[in-house]
Amino acid sequence: MSDPTLPATIDTRPRSLSGDAWDDLRHSKIFWVSSGLALLILLMAFFPTLFTSANPADCTLSRQYAGPSGGALFGFDYQGCDVFARTIHGAGNSLWVGLLATLLAGVIGLFFGMAAGYFGGAVDAILSRGIDIVLGIPFLLGAVVFSGRLSGAGDDGVTAVTLTLGLLTWTSAARVMRSSVVAAKGQDYVAAARMLGASPARLMFRHILPNAFAPFIVVMALLLGANIAAEATLSFLGVGLKGDAISWGVQIAEAQKHARVAPAPLIWPSTFLAATVLAFIMLGDAVRDAFDPKLR
Amino acid sequence: MFRYIVRRLLQMILTFFGATFVVFALMFANQDDPVQALAGEKPVSASLREALTERYHLDEGLLSQYWYYMSNLLTGDLGESISGREIGTLLEDSWPVTVRLSLMALVIAAALALGAGVWSAIRRGSVFDNGILAFTLLLLALPIVVLAPVAQWIFGMELGWFPATASRNASFYALLLPALVLATTVVATQLRVTRTSVAENLRADYVRTARAKGLAPRRVIWVHVLRNSLIPLVTLIGVDLGVLMSGALVTEGVFNIPGVGSKLAQGIRTEDGPMVVGFVSVLVIVFLVMNLVVDLLYAALDPRIRYE
Repeated sequence: MSDPTLPATIDTRPRSLSGDAWDDLRHSKIFWVSSGLALLILLMAFFPTLFTSANPADCTLSRQYAGPSGGALFGFDYQGCDVFARTIHGAGNSLWVGLLATLLAGVIGLFFGMAAGYFGGAVDAILSRGIDIVLGIPFLLGAVVFSGRLSGAGDDGVTAVTLTLGLLTWTSAARVMRSSVVAAKGQDYVAAARMLGASPARLMFRHILPNAFAPFIVVMALLLGANIAAEATLSFLGVGLKGDAISWGVQIAEAQKHARVAPAPLIWPSTFLAATVLAFIMLGDAVRDAFDPKLR
Repeated sequence: MFRYIVRRLLQMILTFFGATFVVFALMFANQDDPVQALAGEKPVSASLREALTERYHLDEGLLSQYWYYMSNLLTGDLGESISGREIGTLLEDSWPVTVRLSLMALVIAAALALGAGVWSAIRRGSVFDNGILAFTLLLLALPIVVLAPVAQWIFGMELGWFPATASRNASFYALLLPALVLATTVVATQLRVTRTSVAENLRADYVRTARAKGLAPRRVIWVHVLRNSLIPLVTLIGVDLGVLMSGALVTEGVFNIPGVGSKLAQGIRTEDGPMVVGFVSVLVIVFLVMNLVVDLLYAALDPRIRYE
């Protein structure tokens, strides 16, 4: 007798956590909306000329605060620059700095977190105190000193901001990595691999890492959103991108002084920045929900 | 409790020296010309060069420089800024309004987080709960560089509900909009943490026992559940103090509040190295001490931690 509550065919293939998670994600509207938005922003960052043919550096004072016209959908700002072109081109620097900084933080966090979790003992104690020290400096205060120190005279500040953000934000990645490695280390399959004679490097990268990777990826997505916002904040304060570099933070800082007269140059870069951060945070949230078995 | 305090103090001392050394080394170590680095890109006169060298002992080794820097810092001697004003006086003038602003932001955030978080946890999955989750997501996505200028433009200028700027002796009302803006930097995480921990505690055995004894639902939630749910919130508030300091840097600048944040932002703009280092060092110390206080509070709240 067949049980009527069971479907006619049961999928008996073994299912992995990531397979389950992908199944969840495929049916999540938030996932598709946020990755669509993220893709659009990536497209804007790497091919800005698809969206606008105007030169963002072409500023003429006679066009100050001129309304929207032709290609300049959002009008012109205080300096007479095309707000639309500058907002589109601003995506490049923001994303580029955000991606590189997050990658740097991820690499540092991955290695420190794995080392602390795998070796434990003194290595763990030293690395954990190191994390405490970095967390003992309020983020923006550290970033202000760091970025000011790293940027040389006359450069556009991209390297300085990337290094600053990377070196100050790896702690969350390291903590997550450490705790998932500690959890994975005690599993039977790791003990089995060790008994078969696997080297520590093989154990770490072949056996422990793949199973500890999901929470790490989530932290990376959230960190990307946070780092893009942090770049804008540093640029806003004048220790981020500077000179001729186009950045949403610089645009907002400039437009904020004249918001009473001309709000459009303030509103548009703000909207794009918020949408970008939202896209990555939503993506991180959706992926976390999919990977967290406790929520199922 | 005593052993816990001693252990936390030892940990803090380590973090304290580590963090101040990092800030110090960033400013002074491995510079081609440390005096120039302190003065930014401005030309340095011979007398200023001499004064800075003497002040920071730049002609000695790094460790002895650090020693002088720390002993000056701990005795409250912060020296002079490049423009020749006492950094200690600058700090003294600017801290009261910053403390008021941050306290207002903290109280607003914690009250919202508690109220909405508890309600959300009780009505898990309801329209209200989902609305709150969507709202916190939106807040997390709005960086303070977006929120502060836009809020100032909408509520301060267009609608005119609040003053667009605030002075040193600003009234409660004048500080309300900046405080709300500042509160948004911490309220989302606080709310989510409260919601999660209340929801978890609602399922605990002691809640079932309390209900079975016939206690009023209100008392079960606000006395039994809340005390246990406050623990993660209190820890988070310690971390949030650092977030508030970062937020104040932007908020005070935008709303023209002459507090610590805008003074520091001004120091950054005018490339005043001594002022930036002085302010940042003091803020790092305040942050670490406040975190120690929070940790002790946390032990008072949860006896399990004391006997660890």
